[in-house]
Amino acid sequence: MDFDLSKEQKDIVSAAREFAQGEFPDRAEEFDRDETFDETLHKKAAELGFVGTFIKDEYGGPGMGLLEYCLIFEEFSAVDPGIAVAILISSYGAEIVQEFGSEEQKRRYLPPLASGEAVTGSAFTEPDAGSDLASATTTTAVRENDVYVINGSKMFITNGDRADYLICFVQTDPDNPDRHRRHSMIMVETDRDGFEANHLTGKLGVRASDTAELSFSNVRVPCSNLVGDPGNGFAEAMYLFNLDRVVVAAQAVGTARGALEESIQHVKKRIAFNAPLASFQSIQFKIADMFTWIQAGRNLVYEAAWRIDQGTIDPKLIAAAKSFCGQMAVKCADMALQMHGGYGYLAEYKVQRLFRDAKITEIYEGTTEIEKIIMARNLLK
Amino acid sequence: MDIVVCVKRVPLTEEVDLVIDAQKKGVKKDQLAFVLNDWDNYAIEEAILLKEKHGGTVTAITVGNEDDEEVLRRCLAMGADRAIRVEAGDMSRFDSFGIVKILSQVVKDLPYDLVFTGVLADDDSYGMVGMMMAEELNLNHSSMVTAIELEDGKVRTTSELEGGLGEVSVVDLPALITIQTGINEPRYVSILGIRKAAKKELKVMDLAELGVSDGELAPRAIIEEVYLPPETEGAQILTGDPDKIAGDLVEILTKKGVME
Ligand SMILES: Cc1cc2nc3c(=O)[nH]c(=O)nc-3n(C[C@H](O)[C@H](O)[C@H](O)COP(=O)(O)OP(=O)(O)OC[C@H]3O[C@@H](n4cnc5c(N)ncnc54)[C@H](O)[C@@H]3O)c2cc1C
Repeated sequence: MDFDLSKEQKDIVSAAREFAQGEFPDRAEEFDRDETFDETLHKKAAELGFVGTFIKDEYGGPGMGLLEYCLIFEEFSAVDPGIAVAILISSYGAEIVQEFGSEEQKRRYLPPLASGEAVTGSAFTEPDAGSDLASATTTTAVRENDVYVINGSKMFITNGDRADYLICFVQTDPDNPDRHRRHSMIMVETDRDGFEANHLTGKLGVRASDTAELSFSNVRVPCSNLVGDPGNGFAEAMYLFNLDRVVVAAQAVGTARGALEESIQHVKKRIAFNAPLASFQSIQFKIADMFTWIQAGRNLVYEAAWRIDQGTIDPKLIAAAKSFCGQMAVKCADMALQMHGGYGYLAEYKVQRLFRDAKITEIYEGTTEIEKIIMARNLLK
Repeated sequence: MDIVVCVKRVPLTEEVDLVIDAQKKGVKKDQLAFVLNDWDNYAIEEAILLKEKHGGTVTAITVGNEDDEEVLRRCLAMGADRAIRVEAGDMSRFDSFGIVKILSQVVKDLPYDLVFTGVLADDDSYGMVGMMMAEELNLNHSSMVTAIELEDGKVRTTSELEGGLGEVSVVDLPALITIQTGINEPRYVSILGIRKAAKKELKVMDLAELGVSDGELAPRAIIEEVYLPPETEGAQILTGDPDKIAGDLVEILTKKGVME
């Protein structure tokens, strides 16, 4: 048993922290207010090797583990979760290409993601199907000779409007008796006729990150865009979720840590009743609780990521990390705002943004409830 | 062009309430985060820029314990070719003089055209190592340098003087230069750089290997006591609405002759 990161991992943490602290603070408030992002930041991060870290050497990435990905995500999120998502989730779904794709697909789709020249995303959720993914029947692909014709719509798709290509979960075999064998993953280039993305505005948090609704109207893609076997879509989705749930948990840990750091600074400075807030026990207890929960969450993230890197996928451990960290981040951000009083309610204070940013970690990649269902199912079977 | 850069790992002390240690000889460092000294970050960047332009090698050196290797790995990741750490045990027994003796002993056996140090280190701010080392190695030097240009067998340096004056010097090589912050824009460490650094040489030497004895390293300056500045009387807190505060402030500053 060794609780220390390796030297290389520590250096990655320092490098990620320095980049985030150097580049994000000046832009965070603007991106949040205007719901925009500056792609040069994504490009810069990619040139430094922070993007698509799981992409293997032969496809232009550094081929690092999930733990390294999580370390970078925590550091970026501690400075600004919205920018962290905009930068790091630019390769969301490439995990599926790398694991299930053909050699040709890997060579085509992976290198531009690692270099920051392209952005991708994964479209699962539909207007009528989120948590219950297998019930997604709105988006269908029908085979006509050597093309698939795709029709339907998708909802809440990260990078939907900025991506160059999106890997889409579509129904290809509606009559299969097994509802988990009815879907396939198909790569759709976003410049294809009949594809439209509509950037959604008015999100509560992570507003630097693009979220869009998609519509497909007779979008024709070659059958060679099918990623993995036909009917294997649900299994491929679960493969991705098992990895990225840990990443979202790391995002939550970073968000909570940002909230703790802001709080420590504030309570040492702010005077009330002739003493710094930090001298009051109820404040001290909040700080101590936040530290404990963040550390506990981080340990769950590290263990889940480390085990995956060792080759063991344990869905209940992954779900525990995701659900604990999501709830923990929301609670920490709430306590941080409370300790800031009225100032925390203002947009110019970072805690206000963290308070809004934290909530998404309880929703995407499986809601807190879905994670608990996964754990219970495993524990009670 | 072979360049040796002396670097130091220092505690981050911004926005930290420093606590004096029990012996009253320094501050408690166990809770502090450590980084590469800011001046040294500019120095290593400048060396790498020169190497990228003119070829040659960059060697980073530090005197310190294993934890201090972190800053050497950083230098390697930024683009230095190799690094040397001198393991000197308890560092608190050295003053700047001792550090200079050790560094000089390492540098004198290396091939070099230029030796860089930061102007000063963020932690104790003595600013002595660079200049004393130039003396120890009998090198031409230029200090507080904000621009460097290579010429045939020489360097043209720009230094920053008091009151915003600039001074340009031409110095014959080999030379020692102390680097001022702002001379360049230090790069970020990249993942690829970190990967490459792992394959570069990081040599560890000890004092016996260098042939310096503790006697030679005995401090010339001995710290008697370190203390926090006493709280002084005389602060005046202005109260009232912003207009009144501004008015009062201008009045005081005018009275004291700061404003006219
Ligand atoms: C900013 C943002 C980005 C997103 N990015 C993507 C993306 O890139 N790709 C993508 O495909 N999707 C994305 N999503 C969608 C996200 O994954 C879904 O919103 C999420 O899975 C929940 O689905 P839903 O919204 O349909 O909620 P529902 O499934 O309708 O759930 C509503 C509530 O009911 C609860 N619930 C549902 N079923 C049960 C049950 N059996 N027992 C108890 N409680 C239950 C849920 O936990 C939740 O609290 C994104 C969403 C957001 C907000």
